[in-house]
Amino acid sequence: MLRQHAQTFRTAAWLGWQIESNWTDPLLFFVFSVLKPISSVLILVFMYNVVAQTGPGDPIFAFIYLGNAFYIYVGAVMADTSYAILDDRERYRTLKYLYVAPISVPVYLVGRAVARFVIGTLAVAITLAAGVLFFGLPISLARVDWPLFTASMLLGVASLASLGLVLGAWTLTIRNEPWFLGEAVAAAMYLFSGAIFPLDILPRWLQPIGFALPMSYWLELVRRSVLGDAAAAFPTFAALSDGQLLLILAAMTLVLAVIAAVAFRFFDRVARDRGLIDVVSNF
Amino acid sequence: MSRSNAAPWAAPVKFTGWRLFLRTVWARAYPRIIGQQREPAWVFSETFLPFLATVGYVYVYRAIRAPEVYIGFAVMGGAMTAFWLNVMWSMSAQLYWDKEQGNLPLYIMSPTSLMAIMLGMALGGMLATSLRAAIILVLGSWLFQVPFAVSSFVQLFAVFLLTMTALYGLGMILGSLFLLFGRDAWQITNMLQEPVYFVSGFYFPIRNFGFALALGASILPLTLGMDAMRQLVFADGPALGFLSVPLELGILAVMAVAFIALARLCLSVIERKAREEGTLTDRRR
Repeated sequence: MLRQHAQTFRTAAWLGWQIESNWTDPLLFFVFSVLKPISSVLILVFMYNVVAQTGPGDPIFAFIYLGNAFYIYVGAVMADTSYAILDDRERYRTLKYLYVAPISVPVYLVGRAVARFVIGTLAVAITLAAGVLFFGLPISLARVDWPLFTASMLLGVASLASLGLVLGAWTLTIRNEPWFLGEAVAAAMYLFSGAIFPLDILPRWLQPIGFALPMSYWLELVRRSVLGDAAAAFPTFAALSDGQLLLILAAMTLVLAVIAAVAFRFFDRVARDRGLIDVVSNF
Repeated sequence: MSRSNAAPWAAPVKFTGWRLFLRTVWARAYPRIIGQQREPAWVFSETFLPFLATVGYVYVYRAIRAPEVYIGFAVMGGAMTAFWLNVMWSMSAQLYWDKEQGNLPLYIMSPTSLMAIMLGMALGGMLATSLRAAIILVLGSWLFQVPFAVSSFVQLFAVFLLTMTALYGLGMILGSLFLLFGRDAWQITNMLQEPVYFVSGFYFPIRNFGFALALGASILPLTLGMDAMRQLVFADGPALGFLSVPLELGILAVMAVAFIALARLCLSVIERKAREEGTLTDRRR
């Protein structure tokens, strides 16, 4: 059983990589992979430079830059896990064959997300390197709290993959134009997770949404592990220690994993009942 | 004689020349103006998603304590993203989708011109997107109390019209080129989103690029269009503008004519290639 899952995961990861990368030559693929995130961060850098007189030393600059850089993972893992299921159903029309094959579809989907994760990691690394080299981002590899960083990344990516599975299964049951769902959730989280501004800036009645999202805790942990003391300039999570934040993130990840398993079974049954496994909505 | 009054054995009325051109434009614009409004998911994704991004950028300005005029800049930029999304996904990539769905061979075989089909797409898209952009603008302005001070409605209307003409002309050119790219079209459309938001200064004044860079960015009609519109609708706009509004109007007029002429040329090349080689419309390419 475990061996079969491992084989499914490996094959799906390789397939995902081929789909993502083999449409063009390596140079254009590299440009494609980094141009989008770099542009996205440049918008924020220019917005900051136009207004702020304080230079990149201001803690808010590092806050915005890091949050935006690591948010790449949300699009890469969460939105694209849900997108993979539609891609297979509607574009390549192979989902029905995957369903009759002796594999676990959730394992296959998580495997498909690996390629995006790798590409996302490359984009994050290049964005951070550009931040250090050109924009004075105060990051030093020697000062990074690696254990905290590794733990928060593992939990963060696991929660993103779980959310991706929920969205992917849900999109299976949407008849018309299911493509927007992953993107819509990613866009909403961009606003509510404190990715590019502290949650305190949001109106008070919207802040609970941010506190209910695992991404908020994950991004805070990543900032603390990478920036050290500079991350403590904002009051949102100041009352919580690193350990408490990790604990909250771990609990949320666990709950999300359970929800993902239940939701996948539920939506999968609905999709089978309604004959939606091989439907083509509007491609 | 209208078709409904004609005897059943009578030959159908054949339209040619300008009448055929105009009927094609209307026929292709119809699904954009009417049909798209019937698809809530599209309305949602083209209105709600740019709005969320706009709100995010407004809060970034709030976080760095920017003057209020920048909030207005972000709201206007957010509204204009709807047009760029429409041009990229529903103009540039459209012929590629049509090829995938099997409509492109029908377009090429039909006795009408590709230019009329593209023009219909552009007009329909422009009208439908204007509604969405207006929703983002009104909602954003209301939520964040953006203070408008329009200095000239005539110039504002002229800037908007010329920007849209040039922009959709560019969309037609890209549509022809993307058809040649084949499978890469989707990826390239996706890739061009954020870079254009950045280069065109959707969320900040392009004056801050410096003259040479801002001039280079002005090849995209939205760059100058938004700069001129910001100068015309915000009290502090002129102080943050790149070029004077009359000059930007002149450049936009030249761009509008040039892009439409180039689009016409590109489409005729595509049409000829499709007929000669017979492979351009092949779904497998």
